[in-house]
This record gives sequence, structure tokens and C-alpha cells, in this order.
Amino acid sequence: MIKFIIRRLLLTLPQIVILSFIVFLLAQAMPGDALSGMIDPSLSPEAIAGAREALGLNLPWYTQYWNWFTGMLQGDFGRSFVHRTDVTTVIGQRLYNTLGLSILTLVLTYAIAVPLGIIAGRYNGTWKDRIISGYTFFALAMPSFTMALLALFFFGFQLGWFPTGGSVDPFAFAAGGWTYIMSRLEHMFLPALSLALISTTAIIQYLRSEIVDLEGREFIITARAKGADEKRVYNKHIFRNSLLPIASFLGFQIVAIIGGAIFVESIFVFPGMGQLMITSITARDFSVMTILILMFGVASILGAMLSDIILTLVDPRIRIK
Amino acid sequence: MESTLTQKKSPKMIQNKKNPKLDGASTVSPFQIFKREIVKDKVALVSLVILVGITLLVTVIPFFINEAELTHVDLFNTNQPPSADFWLGTNHSGQSVLGILVLGARNSLTLTIMVTLLTGSFGILFGLVSGYFGGQTDNVLMRVVDFFNILPTLVIIIVFVTLVDWSYLNMMFILSAFAWTGIARLIRSRALQERELEYVQASKTLGTPHMKIMFREVFPNILPLVIVQMTLSLSANVGLETGLSFLGFGFPFETPSLGGMIRTATNPTVMQNRWWVWLPALVLVFVLMLSINNLGQCLKRATDARQRRG
Repeated sequence: MIKFIIRRLLLTLPQIVILSFIVFLLAQAMPGDALSGMIDPSLSPEAIAGAREALGLNLPWYTQYWNWFTGMLQGDFGRSFVHRTDVTTVIGQRLYNTLGLSILTLVLTYAIAVPLGIIAGRYNGTWKDRIISGYTFFALAMPSFTMALLALFFFGFQLGWFPTGGSVDPFAFAAGGWTYIMSRLEHMFLPALSLALISTTAIIQYLRSEIVDLEGREFIITARAKGADEKRVYNKHIFRNSLLPIASFLGFQIVAIIGGAIFVESIFVFPGMGQLMITSITARDFSVMTILILMFGVASILGAMLSDIILTLVDPRIRIK
Repeated sequence: MESTLTQKKSPKMIQNKKNPKLDGASTVSPFQIFKREIVKDKVALVSLVILVGITLLVTVIPFFINEAELTHVDLFNTNQPPSADFWLGTNHSGQSVLGILVLGARNSLTLTIMVTLLTGSFGILFGLVSGYFGGQTDNVLMRVVDFFNILPTLVIIIVFVTLVDWSYLNMMFILSAFAWTGIARLIRSRALQERELEYVQASKTLGTPHMKIMFREVFPNILPLVIVQMTLSLSANVGLETGLSFLGFGFPFETPSLGGMIRTATNPTVMQNRWWVWLPALVLVFVLMLSINNLGQCLKRATDARQRRG
């Protein structure tokens, strides 16, 4: 098993290198370079040429790629010429905002999906199952941005239960402590909920069909024949077998959340990485954009890796390969 | 599939007056099975009617209306609520929302259907070659698919859209370039199974060229799967296209599109007070995706003899 995990970890390295190469090529295709933000109209052409030389922009592409890649490993992400500061500073707080949003989304997803999936599977064919299956069917037909817009419209504007934008109230920011944390959670809740409502569908459908499938297996029939009561059959035999693979959805959820965050953060004016991505594309802030694409890409690679590893931990049959 | 069909022995299959030489099973085409399943599944039937209806309406209506007049900016009639003149009111440019909705739906559907056809054909070709030849070919081709799967697709599409001039063709290629892997994977796994079957082995022994086995013999057998998958990916592509237009990276601002209409809701005033500007487009996207999904699920059931209702 450890052999498999090490092999899977090693596999992500070339993936990240390939990704970084693609992102580098994309960055080269975009107009402007690291110098664009620093040029002052009063500079002489010779000074600009000198600066280009000093920054290594005249070197062959592979040397530039190498410098860029090793620079990033040392924490040098370049400068944003729109914000006129280091990219690390621009991303800074937004990274934590998006991270918080993602964690809350994951928690909500599992908190909603697992009970619903279990109910739909256990009471398969009854009205409970029909309502839950109907919900998954409707949610599947909604792109994440429509769900977020409707949530904002009803709970944000019509009912006024939640704030309609931002990540924290200014007064709560000043107050600090408990008020601050609550204000943050309040701002995060609606975006996270609308993302979670979409991503629950896969888990619910999986759990439901898994439980229905297990019902007919021999070991369940044996358990019932032994005289085990329903509670024991479900808790000890069925749930234990059907819940574990759900853990491996975690990685895919991370990938889905990255895509969803771009929409949801723009809709809720939530200052996270997704919103920064959109604003830096419209502002043609290519240095920030490049790093963001790279970070999103690395996150999805790691997510896929996480899924595989969790799956090997819970399901021994996969380890053989 | 054939064996299950003969086992069923529905009276329709046994009586074959036109061509008694053929046995029952070979006369039932996948389309007949699809038809039977759709007729049996009322939800899918309604979905199909809705889909055909919407498609016909948005293709036919633009021929009878003056597009230039419809997209004309009329500052005296801005932001009117729904009325007898404007059934769905007007937007901030004084254009009829209903008219824009029809044009937008036409534009969005045109692009998504183009993308679905292109990703479908390329995915089939790629998956069929990969699965049929197997071995080393399969290994190399699947690494290509893996490579596409590690990319953060949405952001890369957005970057390409900003770098390239807008046209239907460019848009189609950009979207398709990152959306074909799912179908390729599926066709490949099915083709891997088919190549082990006797009819392929027999045909190979007879010296049939690979091309002919792949496209004349294996392809017809996986056609039902292809149709199901393309239906389901049509729904995903509607979501992708409207999403991109919603963010402002799909259709250009002046071109009507469903995503572009929903985008107006990002303005709090519009969202709170002028629901007629954005809600109809959102509902239409929802209805489209729901009907396509329903239809796809029904067709998917039809390909599996055990789950069929019809």
C-alpha cells in the first residue's frame, strides 16, 4: 500500500511540471511581460533595453522557463503591474478567503449529502426517496451560477437573511474576536451553500445506488437470517461498506469547488481567488492570472491524487495494480 | 444485446413479413428501441416535445422578425415591466426581453450543438482507435487524455477566449478542445470490450481492413452509447456556454445570449427590482438542461436491456 501511495505521489510531479510548462506557454502568448508594469514614460529606450537584459527577458525560452520555475519554488511569483506590488501580496488574504469558503462548502456538502443519500437508499421507492431523487435531478440541471443567483435573490435580497456581498462587515472587523468570526461565517454561508447544493448530487446518487445494491447481497441476507435487527444490519453492515468510498469523492469535490468558486465569488462579490481571476483577466493583469491558473491547476492535480490515495486506503482491491 | 432481445421475444419481432429470412433480433434497430422507451416514459416524452418545440420556435421565429429593429436601442422604453406590448418587458436598452430571449436561445443553442457534434465526432474517432487497437496505441492515446484531465479547464478556456478574436468557429474549437475527453474515454472502454468479441476476431481472420472493422462493424454496435453520451454532453455544454457568457467570456456583449441575459442580474438593482430581465433566461436554461437530462437518462436506460421499461 505504501508502495502505491509513493508511486501515486511521484506521478503528480511530472503532472505539475507539464502544467507549469503549459501555463508558461500561455503566459508567453499573452501580451506584455514582467517589465510592462515598471515602465515609466520618462525612461529612455536604452534604459528599457537594459532593464530587459537585466530581467533576463532576452534569454532563450528554456532558460526563461527554468528561471521562472525555480523562482517560484523560492517564493518569487513576480509583480502585478495593475496593483503595482508583488503577486504574493495581491493573492495573500484572498487565498485564505477561498480556502475558508472551500472548507465550509465541503462540510456542508457532506453534512447534506450523507443523510439524504442514506435515507434515499434505505427507504428506496418510498415518497422520501422520490423527493430526494427529484431534488438531485433538479440540481443536476442547474449550473452553479444559477443556483447562486437564486440563493442570492431569495435569501439575500427578498428575505434579507444573509449579507449580499463582501467577506466581512467593517464594524465586525474592527470589533474582532467572536463577532469577527461570526461575521465571516455569515458572509461565507450563502456562497458555500449554493456550491454545496450542486455538489451533493453525485454523492447522494452514489450512496443511494450503493445501498440499494448492497441490500441484495448475500452477506446482508445472511445477517438478516441470523436474526440481526434492522438497525444492526444497516449500521454494522450496509453503511460501513457504502460510506467509505464516499471519502474518495473529496478530491473531485475540490476540483469542482475550484470551478464553482469562480462563478460564486463573482456573484457574491466575495474577495477570493476566483473573483481575483476574473478581475485580473478583465484588467489584463497577466502576471496575477498566470499564477492563479497555476494554483488552480496544482489544486486540481492534488485533489485527484487525494482521491486516489483515499480510495486505496479504504478499498484494498485497488492496491494490487 | 442481441441475445437479450431474442429472449424477450416480443410478438413484434417474431412476425417479420417483409423479410422472413432475417431472424427476429436483427430487425430491431437501436432507434426503434429508443422510440419504444421514449413513448413508454412519459417524462422523457414531454421533455422531447419541449426540446423540439423550443428548438423549432427559436429557429423559425427569427425569420419573421426584424433582428435589427429588435436589437435597436430605444431609450424611451427602457426597463418597462411586462405589458401587452412587451410580454416580458424591456431591458436597460429598451429592447424587448422576449425577442432577445429568442435570439439568445438561438445563438446559445447553435454554439452548443456545434460543440457537441465536434466533441462527439472527435471523441468517437479517438476512443475507437484507442480501444480497437489497444496495447501501446491505447497507452499513448490515454496519456493524452490524462494530460487534458489535469488542466484547470474553465480558466484555460477563459484565457483562450480573451486571446482569440470572437467567431462561432473559434469559440467552437476552444470549447471543444477541452470537452472531448469524457466521450473519448467512454467509447474507448466500450471498444476495448468489443475487440475481444468473436465477430471482430472473425472479421480480422478474414482479412477485413482495420478501418472497415472499426467503422462498419464496431461502430454500429456502440452507436446507441454514442447517442446517449452526446445527449448528456449537450446538457453539460449548455451549462458551460451559458456559464462562460455569464462571466462575460462567451458571446460578445452586443450579441444576445442566454448567459449574457442572466449576467444582468449581477447588478443588485436589476436583480431586486427587474426580475423580468434575467429570470426568463435562467428558467429557460434550467428547462433546457432538465429536458435534455431527462431524455438522456431515458435513452441510457434503453441501452441496458435489464432496465428498459418499453
